[in-house]
Amino acid sequence: MTFEQQLIDCRQYLLRFARLQLRNDTWAEDAVSETVLAALAKPQAFANRSQLKTWLVGILKHKVIDALRHHRREVSGLLTTEDDNTDPLDYLSFKTDGHFAQVPADWGNPEQQISSRQFFEVLDACANKLPPTQGRLFLMREWMELSSDEICKELDLTPTNLYVQLHRARLRLRECLELNWFANAKAT
Amino acid sequence: MPLRHTCKEVAALLIAREDRALPLSQRLGMRLHLAMCAGCTGFERQILTMHNVMKQWRNYEASD
Repeated sequence: MTFEQQLIDCRQYLLRFARLQLRNDTWAEDAVSETVLAALAKPQAFANRSQLKTWLVGILKHKVIDALRHHRREVSGLLTTEDDNTDPLDYLSFKTDGHFAQVPADWGNPEQQISSRQFFEVLDACANKLPPTQGRLFLMREWMELSSDEICKELDLTPTNLYVQLHRARLRLRECLELNWFANAKAT
Repeated sequence: MPLRHTCKEVAALLIAREDRALPLSQRLGMRLHLAMCAGCTGFERQILTMHNVMKQWRNYEASD
């Protein structure tokens, strides 16, 4: 299989990755196209030193950050309009004095189950349910492993603004996984 | 000894420390609270699981 054919084979995977990160089909298509173009321009840079897909994802991460930087006004501008401003912490049951009314559910020892394909499908769906901007920020932090400072710098956000969004994203994801995975896993 | 923080405050700190360094006084208050509170210990375990989940997810996607 030629290098070009291998690139075409990876395209769907790259698109899924870019869509999850960017929450915008047009931006994702552009980022993947630029990734493929960059790979075609310098195939010698690959030189079989790693898995092709891993190498392409490395390029794509930079393209995704470029896209987020390019659209930073749209990304940070949506922060105040797309969320209902409730603190997901309120979904946990606390008494009026601020202490737990109920001990949080025991998720057991999920090491085995959280490495299954089904689990990652649920996780993917939960991440996709996050409000778009919140999802982007969360994935920049967790997937691209950017520091909070780097994210603030890239998107012109205040740390407080970022922390509020990450706080909400983490709690929403926790709740979604509890409802759609851990509660079911305990019941079976 | 009375708990200095409420569970809700400790839960917020457990989330916050994933993204930023907490001041020493908050870390200490949180540790003291966790040593005496089953509810918060359970929540901390969930957050640690989430932390591992994220690590596994990155590995999984970087793997077919």
